[in-house]
Amino acid sequence: MKNLFEELCKDYRFKEGFHNCINCGTCTAVCPAAEFYRYDPRRIVDTVQTRDDAQIEALLKSETIWYCGECMSCVTRCPRKNGPGLVVMALRELSIRLGYFTESEKGRQMLPLTRIMTGNILKYGYCIHPETFRFEDHLEAGPVWKWHMDHLEKSLERQGANYMGDGPGVLRKIPDKSIAELKSIFDVTGGTERIEHVEECSRRKADEMGMEYDEYERYAFEHCSETHFNE
Amino acid sequence: MILEGKQRIWSEYQKDIPDDHWYYVRSCIRQNFFPASERMFTHIVKDVLGKDLYETPHHTTCGGIAYHCDTIPQETAMTIVARQFALMTEAGYENYCPSCITSFGNYAEILETWREYPELEARIREDLWKACRREFKKPRYLAHSSDLIFHWRGEIARLAKKRLMDVRTGQPLRIVEHIGCHYAKMFPSKGVGGAEYPYVLAGMVESWGGQVIDYPERRHCCGYGFRQYHVKANRGYSLSNTYKKFESMEPYHPDAIVTNCPGCPYFLDRWQYVIASQTGKTYGENGHGIPVLTYEELAGLVLGYDPWDLGLQLHQVAVEPLLDKMGVEYDPKAKYLGLNKEDLMRPELPTQIKCY
Repeated sequence: MKNLFEELCKDYRFKEGFHNCINCGTCTAVCPAAEFYRYDPRRIVDTVQTRDDAQIEALLKSETIWYCGECMSCVTRCPRKNGPGLVVMALRELSIRLGYFTESEKGRQMLPLTRIMTGNILKYGYCIHPETFRFEDHLEAGPVWKWHMDHLEKSLERQGANYMGDGPGVLRKIPDKSIAELKSIFDVTGGTERIEHVEECSRRKADEMGMEYDEYERYAFEHCSETHFNE
Repeated sequence: MILEGKQRIWSEYQKDIPDDHWYYVRSCIRQNFFPASERMFTHIVKDVLGKDLYETPHHTTCGGIAYHCDTIPQETAMTIVARQFALMTEAGYENYCPSCITSFGNYAEILETWREYPELEARIREDLWKACRREFKKPRYLAHSSDLIFHWRGEIARLAKKRLMDVRTGQPLRIVEHIGCHYAKMFPSKGVGGAEYPYVLAGMVESWGGQVIDYPERRHCCGYGFRQYHVKANRGYSLSNTYKKFESMEPYHPDAIVTNCPGCPYFLDRWQYVIASQTGKTYGENGHGIPVLTYEELAGLVLGYDPWDLGLQLHQVAVEPLLDKMGVEYDPKAKYLGLNKEDLMRPELPTQIKCY
């Protein structure tokens, strides 16, 4: 096993976000996640600064590191210029790289998330796209969104969009050459390898849990245990 | 108060915004949820103000949402951004204007990281060459599209057909401004007014006749949280944070909310519908919600555009109470018509929050 603290130190976000935590708890006081989940960014940074690999490994396998919303409110307010949100990003990166993310319910959400985000980027060139933002998965978008989706092309035409059209404009079709360049960037920079790794670890975990792969993905996307929440 | 010290602190948060020649890149979220806002932005900048704003169809997502959902490595995100910069360089521009706040934060983070770690920038340049055979210069200026509207707020005020005033009482409208977290929370010096007292939206509101409301949770996140919304199991996080903001602003009776972030207007709008559906509670007057607008939508109303040309029919919270206060004329029957008055039927109306 590599030294986990040293591995974290190689991450540029960790270099930026991890200095000397004085345990004041300001980050926790302003954190949107800390009000909702059983979450305390102060304790995360404090655990990391023990440099104790056993504790860091437990963190990498925990639910805790997946609660942050990466709003970075903590970065503004930390009196010692730490960025607990950046530390969390580095912890998540390491958890994924080591395959530990499948050990937690929130970590297992990496499968549907990776499929949604990278699927949209590599197929359409957008992170979000109407073809995959289905009303059935987004009832909170309300009846106006259902109406919009039911009349998508006409409604977007009314809004002045250039939906899937050539040339510039809102929701234009990204040219095939540009999509191919994105794919090439993924191949060169480890993005493709990351997708395959998340798939491989998730498939192994689904087998271990005795679940069909589709069922595993849906469960990860929809299931939320009560144990995550603050009282 | 020591005025000199105050002025020195404030000077760190003033932003140099060139007056012309901008390279524009679009927002994934805004194109989906507020498509007419970007159209209005390009129209105001190019046709109304006569400025040079260039867009190429070859630009793509910056990857920022995927990056903050932890689904792509930092090196992948940086190389996508490097390609965007290469397209700007090839087009002969050096002033870079993203429409998205997540993108703006992403660009600011990447440029700062490269400044501090030049070896990383060198690696990304090699990656981009290997992947796309492209090279790039870094932008000379980076400004969010709301920075540009802020910069031209005075000219917009001079061209105004409507003011942010209640025509029935003559009083300024009470406006909540909500700034996207990634505008300045990570790099306060990159935003107009910094992170604690951002002035980018407040300046617009004041210039156009409105009154900015202060309230306890003014700087609280809308609750997007990236994975906390895109995964269905996590959406309670998003809803809870929006709820916290509305409970906090409720006693101050805002007439409208204006935002500069892609996700925030969507969440502040839609979660009001969900809160009303689940609890029956509404935050506006007489069973309405509080209308939530993008800064382009607000600028468009001030400039006298038809609200349905601005895309306000895609909001779930009814905007009509705000239109009535501002004295905006509109045709209720035209709200859901398509181009050339084509009948597209009408959405179902919710029962717990008043809509039209």
